[in-house]
Amino acid sequence: MSDNIEKVKPEEVESNFLTAKESRAISKENRRITDAIEKQRNRRNVAESEYTTQMKNPENVVEFDDLKTYFYTDIGVVKAVDGVSFNVPMGKTVGVVGESGCGKSVTSLSLMQLVQRPQGQIVGGEIRLNLGDKVYDVAKVPSAEMEKIRGNVVSMIFQEPMTSLNPVFQIGKQINEVIVLHNPGVSNEETKRRTIEILDTVGIADAEGIYTRYPHELSGGMRQRVMIAMALVTNPRLIIADEPTTALDVTIQAQILDLLRTLKDKINASIMLITHDLGVIAEMADYVVVMYSGRIIERGTAQEIFLSPSHPYTVGLMASKPAVNRDVDRLYSIPGTVPNPINMPNHCYFKDRCPRAFDRCEGEYPGEYFISPTHSAACYLYEDMDNAAKTR
Amino acid sequence: MQQKQDNVIEVNNLKEYFPIKSGLFGRVVGQVKAVDGVSFAIQRGKTFGLVGESGCGKTTVGKTILRLYEKTDGEVLFRGQDIFELSHQELRKIRPHLQIIFQDPYSSLSPRMPVGEIIGEAVREHNIVPPEEHDEYISKIMLACGLQPYYKDRYPHEFSGGQRQRICIARALALNPEFIVCDEPVSALDVSIQAQIINLLSDLQKEFGISYLFISHDLSVVEHISDTVGVMYLGVIVEYGSTKEIFSNPLHPYTQALFSAIPVPDPTVKLNRIILEGSIPSPANPPAGCKFHTRCQYVMPICRTVVPKEIDKDGHLVLCHLYDEEVMKEKVWTGNK
Repeated sequence: MSDNIEKVKPEEVESNFLTAKESRAISKENRRITDAIEKQRNRRNVAESEYTTQMKNPENVVEFDDLKTYFYTDIGVVKAVDGVSFNVPMGKTVGVVGESGCGKSVTSLSLMQLVQRPQGQIVGGEIRLNLGDKVYDVAKVPSAEMEKIRGNVVSMIFQEPMTSLNPVFQIGKQINEVIVLHNPGVSNEETKRRTIEILDTVGIADAEGIYTRYPHELSGGMRQRVMIAMALVTNPRLIIADEPTTALDVTIQAQILDLLRTLKDKINASIMLITHDLGVIAEMADYVVVMYSGRIIERGTAQEIFLSPSHPYTVGLMASKPAVNRDVDRLYSIPGTVPNPINMPNHCYFKDRCPRAFDRCEGEYPGEYFISPTHSAACYLYEDMDNAAKTR
Repeated sequence: MQQKQDNVIEVNNLKEYFPIKSGLFGRVVGQVKAVDGVSFAIQRGKTFGLVGESGCGKTTVGKTILRLYEKTDGEVLFRGQDIFELSHQELRKIRPHLQIIFQDPYSSLSPRMPVGEIIGEAVREHNIVPPEEHDEYISKIMLACGLQPYYKDRYPHEFSGGQRQRICIARALALNPEFIVCDEPVSALDVSIQAQIINLLSDLQKEFGISYLFISHDLSVVEHISDTVGVMYLGVIVEYGSTKEIFSNPLHPYTQALFSAIPVPDPTVKLNRIILEGSIPSPANPPAGCKFHTRCQYVMPICRTVVPKEIDKDGHLVLCHLYDEEVMKEKVWTGNK
């Protein structure tokens, strides 16, 4: 049982203690930083040229480039997303995996500009969003312009369908609202026709009947279908699915995943699938991004990640999940817990939990080392391999 | 299920109906048949896994066994004694032996009590150890559950989800239980923490010979930890047998569909998936005949009217007409007509 006992010394834990004076100083400093960013954001009549940019590869829908989203809290700065770069190609599914608190949701919320302001701020990097005829850098787009993009070009499916639907409005009304908002001047009949059509598309048998129902009258699976209908009704280029099936039963999960797959092909959208369930990712994703403590530690195609996981964290994650018909006497468990997100040290964040840590790991945070052209890991174990590939 | 000496818990035809009340005087207008005739036995030091979708009555079974609900019908034998026949005093004596770990470690710990008090309260109440050994005993239990003894004076909000679940386990373990109901103990936790908790539970089982009723909707976890498994659907166990037997050879169409729905963490596997239509019917108004017939892909006319009998295939019990030889013979016969 020895590996289960976390070896934490009392002194280490107490180091997070702050006096009231220190806390006040931090708040004051935070307010200075966030006020400056907010002032920059809230200017009127920002010229479009300020936030238009160019895609590195026009085949991508979204390119995250060194994205940094920080939260300025009273006990210090939480670097929720700290230098994340990856691309979502057109018509493909990118899976983002990681444990709770690793920054996967904040990455997607940054893209939607839904990070809680003023504490949460995008402080660096670019999120290039391909709108077809032009490219916006979402990190700089003003709020008014963002309202036209959010829910239209990029839409989102949330985890809890019950809390994401408004309990006092009929299902039909809630979907109508999306259509009217993004297509001003559309007639009432046309709106209703499109709502019923989309409800039909997501596999709701009695679309006309559901139109006048309230969310509490539907089951969990049905509510999630309504959420998907709402996300798809504007024909988005990218759908962000944030743990879309976590609250559902396996049988319903199978229905919803099947639906997402068929619909994606039908409207030719890309999906950014955020989940902690490796099984769901394996089934859905073309590309996989593994996150840990606000950084990407490994990325590659689904085949590469699942068949030859490289980063010790990914390996541990795969081994710790029991799989049906795979007999193990004892589950592998990653020792320790996720580090405190405040005042992260400048060495590999996984070092203290890593079974393969060596003296090189004491150095600064490892860069991204490529194992194959599409597969990379942020781990010194692969430094030589990367160098070899470069000199070749 | 034959009477066996080493069965810690035996449940026979347990039923739990909740009344639906309406109107000014709370007239009973119907019943929710949450548990409708469930039987199983758990041997000493073994784990019985109960799986099923949400709303199928898994948690109600767990709570009724501990007499947290009064039963409607049936019996629950603990060491051969029906716990529903015990008086208040007798029940109190037996309580330490029957413990429960809840799903959500965030809401099942009192936020105003320090951890040592949470774990020690019941120990003092039931006089498990002499008062002068109390502190030492709590430290010992905390160490066994992977908690440092100096955490004793901290409050639950200072801990992460995995550590809180360890506190819940320590609280249950402190009373020397023979039987613990684990109601989705790992569902609220991250994958890497899940593995730690599952390993802890199996270590404790080996060390103290505790029996578990492990309730979960996560089939892979159940397969890992259980010795026998029961698959529940709308208040009844539709399939019951050893873990190996059930997972390698699922008989009931519902079990088959449930297993095929598990996502496999391997992108090269092409799934042959049975997708169930619709969702679980309301237990207030369950379908007649076989409860699964509304979603079953092999549905026959007889399923809509006749409740299937329990078919025993070498200790592997299944509740389905497909395996009832009499019914199948008759079907061929009526089919010819």
